[in-house]
Amino acid sequence: MVPPARARKLAKVPFVELADGRLQGVVSSGSDIGRVYVSSVEAGTYAFSCSTNNNRPCGGARGTFCNHIRALIGEAVLQYGAGRVARYLKAEVAEGGEPDAQAITSVMTAALPSPGDRSAAAQVFSRFLRHLSYLELEPVTAPLPEMHWFPTTRAVA
Amino acid sequence: MRADLLTDAVDGLDEALAAVDGFDDALVDGLLRPQPRQAAGLTGLADALAASPLAARVAEAAEKTAAGVAGEDHFTALAGARTALLGSVHDALSARVAEVVGRPVAPEREAVPGGGGDDALGVNLLGAARGWLCDLARVGWRGMDHETVAGAAPVVSAMLSDPALRRLATLLDGFAAELAASCPGATLERVPVRRWADLWTRGMLLTLPGAARLTPVTEVSGRLLPLGVDVQEHATAVQAQVHAVFEPADGTASRLVRASVSAPKPDTVVGAGLWQVLRPRMSLLGALGEGRAMELDAMPVTAEGDLLWDDARARAGESADAFVTARVALPAASGCVTAPLDRHPARIAVPVLLEGYGVQEDEDGLAFLVAGERLAVDADRVPAAGPLTPEAVAGSAACLGLLRWDAGEFRLQPLAVERTVRKKPVAVHAGAWAGGTADKAGARAEKAATDAVTVLRERAGKLLRK
Repeated sequence: MVPPARARKLAKVPFVELADGRLQGVVSSGSDIGRVYVSSVEAGTYAFSCSTNNNRPCGGARGTFCNHIRALIGEAVLQYGAGRVARYLKAEVAEGGEPDAQAITSVMTAALPSPGDRSAAAQVFSRFLRHLSYLELEPVTAPLPEMHWFPTTRAVA
Repeated sequence: MRADLLTDAVDGLDEALAAVDGFDDALVDGLLRPQPRQAAGLTGLADALAASPLAARVAEAAEKTAAGVAGEDHFTALAGARTALLGSVHDALSARVAEVVGRPVAPEREAVPGGGGDDALGVNLLGAARGWLCDLARVGWRGMDHETVAGAAPVVSAMLSDPALRRLATLLDGFAAELAASCPGATLERVPVRRWADLWTRGMLLTLPGAARLTPVTEVSGRLLPLGVDVQEHATAVQAQVHAVFEPADGTASRLVRASVSAPKPDTVVGAGLWQVLRPRMSLLGALGEGRAMELDAMPVTAEGDLLWDDARARAGESADAFVTARVALPAASGCVTAPLDRHPARIAVPVLLEGYGVQEDEDGLAFLVAGERLAVDADRVPAAGPLTPEAVAGSAACLGLLRWDAGEFRLQPLAVERTVRKKPVAVHAGAWAGGTADKAGARAEKAATDAVTVLRERAGKLLRK
């Protein structure tokens, strides 16, 4: 059983996921209400990418992680739990260290990652739309007996 | 209620489960190149079915699989064998539950072959799903990685848009997400062996055309008295199942029924958001929250007792206290039968009313002492967006719940409790917020859930603008 995502405010990072070998998501601009960034970090290499919805590179993501990527890591930890994020990114915090967003970010930046391929942005966007499409699917009233294997729990990630 | 029977041994149970475990263990390391220990597990499963009509097919499947040359049909036969064995466990446990609750047994309803249902429906998608499941069986839980698991995504996406394939799509979506969260399998500390084998087996059977077809449907009219709601969820789906007593208008015997509503959802829709997704499709959730009965007019119902809810065939009735229903109407209501393919211990969920128990809280969790017998209570199996807390359960004097069987024992899932406040009973229902709430904490949860969906849509709009 995977505990459900912790309820988190979505205004800053409306979408985050661990998929396609990356931590990826959509981050709202801190200054311009009309702008969003598509950000990602690759598992293992930590190659990072951040660009706007108009496909302009983020000014902050030249040499190292920009604030959008840092926010993305923070919200991913909220949503999935630090252990799972660290495991997915292969950014295991040193023995004895408590994994949290800060520690995971430090492990990755200490490896001096380089900027990655920006073509990921289109895929992330389409994944976000796939995610949203779940809102448009009709509820059904025919029973789904298999859902008995997924009881609700009061636990959260 | 004969609580003493809850802890009595069930004949043959351990042997049946041991045969299931043998197969389940074989799936851990995968069936690509089975080792002798895995082969023994496969043979054990076949041996357990030796006296059944499946014997020859299963024996052949076990042999081919042990030799590492199994095809999809062989895996399907093994899934069938495992389902049959757990079906027998289900039957034995259900018979025990019937003795415990002492209510009328479900009458045999005529087993007319289900009409309608297009067997050709999504046959390619079903084949693709089966292919993915067979790949999983070959690599095993220890051998799976993100790439193996990602194979489910296109199949699930294509299936979700077709409501007729919702059952398999929802199962695979939840299963794949759980596997993805556990990848890579090689470094997994603990494998949920029986659980994943259960999900794999369910998936395999549902890829067979016609397996998910509903049992015969009739139409019923009369009064529906809700008992409570069971909520089930995984990251991208939710189902609410209302358990109720149905009193036919024609004066025939009352029976237990369920009304289900389910929907896919983004993983960030949680808590009160679950009710918001489901509410518009089933007015019964509102009636449940208000403590009302509903009058049904020609509502379709399956032979299993599942109402196929249609708001146009239901209207709100007078107020109906679930505890009154449980004390007065429940004892005379006959139970549900389970469709052959769906028989599995995890499906057992029988409404019961408990009173006059002791409460025990220790390192094994919360339990009720019923006539001296310990009955574990799953107080966490209650929706977070509701007033029923584990504390309320622990402080209760009466409990309306679902009797389940999990991890080798009977357990109770609370649906509602009565606590005594100033010498008067006060009821707390798990589904109290199903239709919305004036409660302060509940209203806050509702607003947070609404905001989440608004933000999702608004941000997506920004991306689309370009």
